[in-house]
Amino acid sequence: MLRNEVARPLAGGRPGGPSLGAAVKRRGERRADLLFQKVLAGFALLVIVLVFGIGLSLLLAARPSLRQFGFAFFWTSKWDPVHNIFGALPFVYGTIVSSALALLIGVPISLGVAIYLAELSLRGSAVVLSFIIELLAAIPSVILGLWGIFVLVPWVRGSVEPVLGMALGWTPLFSGPVYGIGMLAAGIILAIMVIPIISSVSRDVLLAVPQEQREAMYALGATRWEVIRRAVLPYGRVGIIGAIILGLGRALGETMAVTMVIGNRPQIVASLFQPGYTIAAALANEFSEASSSLYVSALIEMALVLFIVSLLVNAAARWLVSRVTSSVGHL
Amino acid sequence: MSEPRVFTLRRRRITDRVMTYLCLGALLVAIAPLASVLGYVTLRGASSVTWDFFTHLPAPVGEAGGGMANALVGTLLLVALASCVGIPIGIFGGLYLSELGGGRFGWWVRFTADVLNGIPSIVIGVFIYALVVVPARHFSGIAGGIALGVMMIPLVMRTTEEMVKLVPASLREASYALGIPWRVTALRVTLRTATAGVLTGIMLAVARILGETAPLLFTAFNNPFWSFRMDQPIASMTVQLYNYAISPYDDWHRQAWAAALVLMMLTLVLNVAARTAGRRRYAKGR
Repeated sequence: MLRNEVARPLAGGRPGGPSLGAAVKRRGERRADLLFQKVLAGFALLVIVLVFGIGLSLLLAARPSLRQFGFAFFWTSKWDPVHNIFGALPFVYGTIVSSALALLIGVPISLGVAIYLAELSLRGSAVVLSFIIELLAAIPSVILGLWGIFVLVPWVRGSVEPVLGMALGWTPLFSGPVYGIGMLAAGIILAIMVIPIISSVSRDVLLAVPQEQREAMYALGATRWEVIRRAVLPYGRVGIIGAIILGLGRALGETMAVTMVIGNRPQIVASLFQPGYTIAAALANEFSEASSSLYVSALIEMALVLFIVSLLVNAAARWLVSRVTSSVGHL
Repeated sequence: MSEPRVFTLRRRRITDRVMTYLCLGALLVAIAPLASVLGYVTLRGASSVTWDFFTHLPAPVGEAGGGMANALVGTLLLVALASCVGIPIGIFGGLYLSELGGGRFGWWVRFTADVLNGIPSIVIGVFIYALVVVPARHFSGIAGGIALGVMMIPLVMRTTEEMVKLVPASLREASYALGIPWRVTALRVTLRTATAGVLTGIMLAVARILGETAPLLFTAFNNPFWSFRMDQPIASMTVQLYNYAISPYDDWHRQAWAAALVLMMLTLVLNVAARTAGRRRYAKGR
């Protein structure tokens, strides 16, 4: 409100001497200014109303399902629309496993990218490379899914899964027949989608580490990697964790690309070669075809869960990142 | 004692070298999918984009040819409606945040906008379904446009805020000194000076919603025919692309690649234009 205080005495203060007409006009101007400020505040308030509105309307629409199934909704795995029995466990499981897989693949790569862009590359090339990485985030999810179906999945089926099966086939994770379509493909495509977010936010975090931190370590005779490993990364750790959580938020709610490659079968099996299902994919596939009101309500309850989780994840991530750097990328 | 020290130093140098190459390798691995996507979409799309693609309706199964003219128009209509919803709210909200948003309320608005930005687009689709589609009892272009508009709000709001903040205070003060009221200064001096930056934010937001599919699946739904009516289900390029991609027909796959090429060109052009313009603006502001 500081600017407001400054603006008030100035508003409408035309030179020309005090007259009754001028005073009346000035008061009108001030009232109009205050009204305009209230209108602006109203527009800003809309965002808060919107987020509360989303939560409230989902909660109301999910009530029949909440009442019918209670908490059992989340730990039963029978999904039978014909008999109106709904248990969301396979979807929750698929969402968690595919996101975890995405982080497992994506985080090391993202950190490598962030370190390279912030610490190792020349300034000129860093700008261009960062731009290219950010373009990756701009590719529409549905196009990535199309590429997933016709390029990634055949590659996974032909090269990745046979090799993994041969090397690690004795573990339940990599056993059984290969389909190409399945949890592993979903994990890979999600990794591709979280890499731009995690690496660009981590890069900002690393760039915010004070130069003295590096110089002190160099003065002790450290190599460049030791400086990064012992002086830069520990300093930015909180922010990097925030960046990873931000990536997790994206992975949990990502819909189209996952729907197109995960296989859409609600089952809980250890093998990553098998098809799975995620909450977002179930919404995309079944929502417009849901026949009974309880079915719709069960789907909306899953949307509510996704909403709450992404709310918490985003709040946590932004809080962590803001402790290190003031700017959080708009990805 | 000096023997192990020499060895250690060598090892440290090797570690340094290895880790540098590993980071470079990570960068290459991260860029590889982008190159692959761009390559495949360009190659397969280029052979499928024909004049018919822009002028004809989708062909039935088994019939070669056909196009996506209706989906192209549908996407334009949806983006136009979304812009009508998202841009005014975003700009005025952003103006509030930069000019008056220093307090606690401003902090909450900023925080909620960032959180809204992170909410999965499919959840926004479900929300609009419950809010618009259920009362109206049928899918409609209006619902789709509103869903996309909601997604635009946080993007436009936060970039507007940042761009308006770059306008030097002396400009506002000069305006006040001329006796120009606060509201006129805010709109015609401050906001107008930041026009280029605000346009950048709008372009980025449009680029983002242009490629959105999930919030349209059960709001705008789809429509195989010509339709300009926003109160009816309407086709969009993304939903059409999705339906074609998961279909078993080669003809439809070709159409999907063509749609992907057109869509990607639009998004990339908007992104590159916005980012290069935005960077120049930013450098000047500093």
